[in-house]
Amino acid sequence: MATTVLFFIFAGLAIGCALSMVYHRNPLYSAVSLVGVFVALSCIYVTLAAPFIAAVQILIYAGAIMVLVVFVIMLLNLDEEKPYRRLNYLYALGGFLGIVLLAQTFFIFVAVNKAPKTPVNVDETVGKTMSIGTNMYTEYLLPVEIVGILLLMAIIGGVILVRRLSVPELKLVVNNELERRNEADEKDDYRIAL
Amino acid sequence: MEQIVKTAFPFIVFSIAILLAFQGVLMIVAYTVLAERKVLGWIQGRIGPNRVGPWGVLQPFADLLKFIFKEDLVPDKSTKFIYFLAPLVALTCALLPIVVYPFGPAITTIDWSFLPYGLGEGIKQLPMTIARIDVGVLFVLGITSVGVYGIALAGWSSNNKYSLMGGLRSSAQMISYELAMGASVLGVVMLSGSLDLGGIIQAQTTSPWRWYIIPQFIGFIVFLIAAFAETNRVPFDLPEAETELVAGFHTEYSALKFALFFMAEYVNMFTVSVMCTVLFLGGWYVPGLSYIFEVGSIPYALVSHVAFIGKICAFLFLYIWIRGTLPRFRFDQLMNFGWKFLLPLALANVILTIVIVYFLNS
Repeated sequence: MATTVLFFIFAGLAIGCALSMVYHRNPLYSAVSLVGVFVALSCIYVTLAAPFIAAVQILIYAGAIMVLVVFVIMLLNLDEEKPYRRLNYLYALGGFLGIVLLAQTFFIFVAVNKAPKTPVNVDETVGKTMSIGTNMYTEYLLPVEIVGILLLMAIIGGVILVRRLSVPELKLVVNNELERRNEADEKDDYRIAL
Repeated sequence: MEQIVKTAFPFIVFSIAILLAFQGVLMIVAYTVLAERKVLGWIQGRIGPNRVGPWGVLQPFADLLKFIFKEDLVPDKSTKFIYFLAPLVALTCALLPIVVYPFGPAITTIDWSFLPYGLGEGIKQLPMTIARIDVGVLFVLGITSVGVYGIALAGWSSNNKYSLMGGLRSSAQMISYELAMGASVLGVVMLSGSLDLGGIIQAQTTSPWRWYIIPQFIGFIVFLIAAFAETNRVPFDLPEAETELVAGFHTEYSALKFALFFMAEYVNMFTVSVMCTVLFLGGWYVPGLSYIFEVGSIPYALVSHVAFIGKICAFLFLYIWIRGTLPRFRFDQLMNFGWKFLLPLALANVILTIVIVYFLNS
């Protein structure tokens, strides 16, 4: 009973924040609404007995990623978005994707209703930190490694994009860096020799 | 009647627990402010506040009354909603971690059968934590990292260039030092094998040599420095550097809204002191106390509780001491120190701990 009431409170909060995120013209209001969505979602995770996911949701999405987004919005001091230059085909694309998402949700709803209902074992450790860790590093080791490498590639790509160099310039920078390191090494050798 | 009492019982118990814990922490925080002014006075060869009450002990309440009765100015071109929201976010995120603090060991020797309607049946112990959750460390780190919004949004919504600069500086600083802080906690988590604050204390209760300040000394130092930066205290108080930014993010805040930011800062200091105590100093554990009192009895719990508060107060004193002695960093020094020294040090500590734990276990 209590969990149902809590679910509807937090689900309502999440949907309300999500709508406000989409409809606000001011980018900072949208970002703050998105933080609200994340907090409401993490509250729902807590009621579903998954405290680890809830804590990580707050720690990573609300605490790190959205702080960066807010930081960039503040730094650029963006104005409110003007309604001109809206492209019509984007409406069509958005509508199509929305229908796909709705169909997917409906499909999951039907599939869950059709599935045989077996009583859940309460003692199960699903959602506990220990079981998540064990599963990640035994059964799902390969996906975890792949995701790690993907993230590393994204970081390196970000660094290269920020420097805004063409390919020959990039080679020059790399060569300069290597040369500098060699020189530094030689200097160190010299000092040791003295 | 019996049904109503039975349904309401847990709510009443939790309400009392929450009231006691929050009231206690807020009182300690109020007297931290007084202690700060007194100790700073002594460091600088002054007397400090001594007018309100004997030895100035009523000063915090006088301050509070003054904050309440001051005029509440709102800048004309501020973004009103976010301007009002920011101090609330800051204080809420500062206060929320109180629910997971392990204030002391559980009391197991009381017989609860005197309660009416058989309410005491099955109650084996009285835990000194409001909510013992599986991921206490992550909860505290996550909630305190959400506290950045309070400062960043306050800086943005005030429509003042000094506020904006203060807000930007503080978000940049907090993002940078959060990483080092998280990495320094990892070593303790690996040694204790638990993310639960109570479990981490339990792992240290065998002897004072098992306090993680000894095997995790690098982690302790990194955590302490990052904690100073996270709470925007001297020498990392760049967001409110008064020589450059007037008062930083709270330049445009007055009266009770300013008081909320002020309280949030001191509650955050308390939070990181609690984390330092729990992670590195054995929390409420007092060496040798189990030989004097029976484990789980009321005096055992009380002495442990006092020891816990005492360790926290030692850290709070360290904060004040450093404020009285050190000058402020420059902003580029701060960033370089965080990314190029503190984070690599914390990561090296993590790798070293992994290797040692691996060889100890195999």
